[in-house]
Amino acid sequence: MTQDRRSLLKTVAAAAMTPALGAGLSALPGRARAQSNTIKIGVLNDQSGVYRETSGPTSVACVRQAVKEMAPPGTTVEVVVADHQNKPDVGATIARQWLDQDGVDVIVDVPNSSVALAVNTVVREKNKVYLNSGAATTELTGGQCTPNTIHWTYDTYMLARSTGGAMVKAGGDSWFFITADYTFGHSLERDTSNFVKQAGGKVLGSVRHPLQSTDFSSYLLQAQSSRAKVIGLANAGTDTINCVKQAAEFGVTRRGTKLAVLLMFIGDVHALGLKTAQGLVCTESFYWDLNDRTRSFLSRVKGAVGDNYPNMDHAGCYASVLHYLKAVKDMGVGAAKASGKDAVARMKAMPTDDDCFGAGKIREDGRKLCPVYLFEVKSPEESKAPWDYYKVLQTTPADEAFRPLGEGGCSLVRT
Amino acid sequence: MLEDLLFQLQIGLPQVALGLVNGAFYALLSLGLAVIFGMLNVINFAHGAQFMMGAFVAWMMLSWLGIGYWPALILAPLIVGAFGVLLEKTMISRLYKLDHLYGLLLTFGLALIIEGVFRNQFGSSGMPYAPPAALGGPPVDLGFMFMPVYRLWVVVAALVMSLVTWLVIEKTRLGAYLRAATENAALVQAFGVNVPRMITLTYGAGVALAAFAGVLAAPIYSVNPQMGSNLIIVVFAVVVIGGMGSILGSVLTGFGLGLVEGLTKVFYPEASSTVIFVIMAIVLLARPAGLFGRA
Repeated sequence: MTQDRRSLLKTVAAAAMTPALGAGLSALPGRARAQSNTIKIGVLNDQSGVYRETSGPTSVACVRQAVKEMAPPGTTVEVVVADHQNKPDVGATIARQWLDQDGVDVIVDVPNSSVALAVNTVVREKNKVYLNSGAATTELTGGQCTPNTIHWTYDTYMLARSTGGAMVKAGGDSWFFITADYTFGHSLERDTSNFVKQAGGKVLGSVRHPLQSTDFSSYLLQAQSSRAKVIGLANAGTDTINCVKQAAEFGVTRRGTKLAVLLMFIGDVHALGLKTAQGLVCTESFYWDLNDRTRSFLSRVKGAVGDNYPNMDHAGCYASVLHYLKAVKDMGVGAAKASGKDAVARMKAMPTDDDCFGAGKIREDGRKLCPVYLFEVKSPEESKAPWDYYKVLQTTPADEAFRPLGEGGCSLVRT
Repeated sequence: MLEDLLFQLQIGLPQVALGLVNGAFYALLSLGLAVIFGMLNVINFAHGAQFMMGAFVAWMMLSWLGIGYWPALILAPLIVGAFGVLLEKTMISRLYKLDHLYGLLLTFGLALIIEGVFRNQFGSSGMPYAPPAALGGPPVDLGFMFMPVYRLWVVVAALVMSLVTWLVIEKTRLGAYLRAATENAALVQAFGVNVPRMITLTYGAGVALAAFAGVLAAPIYSVNPQMGSNLIIVVFAVVVIGGMGSILGSVLTGFGLGLVEGLTKVFYPEASSTVIFVIMAIVLLARPAGLFGRA
């Protein structure tokens, strides 16, 4: 009894203190007690491989920022981090250990679709919360949707629709694709072609290259000789970067042809340099320089992210954790910890509002809806500040940007 | 019929030209491998990582010290070559008495470590590196295609470098010592030649060749930690097809396979990364010592 009173007192004291100090104090009571009052967030992403820049430590910094801003009073919020090495088995093992033994309540980020889907199953099994920001697969809100999962930032449908459809509206009505020869590339090409045709554009042809090629000049020349107005790059990572670099070398865009990159983050633009990347067209749902709110977000995290400005994946980590913590505050820590399903249901019931994505909502299939932007990369002359890279070409409103609810085949959707 | 042929030619010629550029990289890299294997009997799996280091050293010089492309083309190979000498002295030299496999495993491990360190330090999305002003102009019209000036330079530089290496090994006294030392090290040593030092320097030179190719590659390929591992497997195939340790063989095969690959990219692009290995399998069946190797 005294033990209980003491810990109660401490919790009250903690609530009255500054959050940081409170965090230290409320961690003092016995282990079982502390756990019931502690929310543990696990950031699971690529800390050492090809997605280190697009997710990695910057995602962690953004999650910590959300915790700083929204930790419920009297509650300790801990953030733990692990590297899934882009291997589904490693990802699933870490997730299982976190949820079974380490008392983790929420798993955040998880780029790389195959790892994302593996973790999806584990989180559902353990009835915890899964806030995915980094993966592209629409399966998370389609055939494999779960009541424990929210897919926050982007997916292949939204990329294809924005880059394919909006680009045609902006004048790019004939396309040629350079496609990575595996499932991801094929489906991105297929989806984008559909939107191009829907919007009244034409697809003149495509060429498929093996994954991890070094030289793309041959494909670029083939694309150029098709006289398409837009060359769509349905590949990712270093394949894309090599493509763009060599397109600049061959002067492909000099005669007005646009290069549309179907999956690119602002960090890739940084890696290419504006001289090479200028004129590229790509889609993201967040950019730090969109409005006062996004700029204010950047100024808050800037100290923690160093020279890797947040992209949409990072922003999604921040915003999803912020919204989760709001829901926890609303329903109480105990209830939120007891059932991940209930916590996610509460998140879906509450409208979302944050500095990165503005006001929005989460659909019953777990899809977070937000406006989607088609950007063009600025020329070196237009860029006035560090990371001043994008200008907005088109905005797709939140309710049109994502796959319609009925088409995904998610079992949570009542028809 | 003739029209059809002309049309094929029109598509084919630019690809032949582009294939030559890729061939230049294959040739330079396999040249370094051939030199090292020929003289040291070590299969240098760290070659890709050393190629990557060349590109990164050039990038570091430019962005940290303001040293441009031309000095980097000389300095980066020297620096990476010196690193190679260090590796040979401290580790690789201990394995000469053992089976090839040990050298392969050691250098493979080294490659993984070097790549890991660079990835940790510089991330994996790569660094921008612009071609030098003199070669960065608009593409030149070759009649059948527009070719960036820089790519033409790559072919020239690779040819010159291959020729120089071949001359040094086949036509100079130093080369004669080297070849003699491969045949019978003890005897050459008995004549008063410092064989261990010569072998160390040979390894350094092979590594420097890889770094030279790395600097050449920096303006056209993405400068990232895994850039070498993407290329090195193909280069090994080139060396095997050309005949392990044959200098002339690796240069000719390098350019030749670049061409074949270039043409595949037009007629059946999906197979472009496989075609070299198909050729390798055929060559191994028909001539196990390689096209230019001595059995």
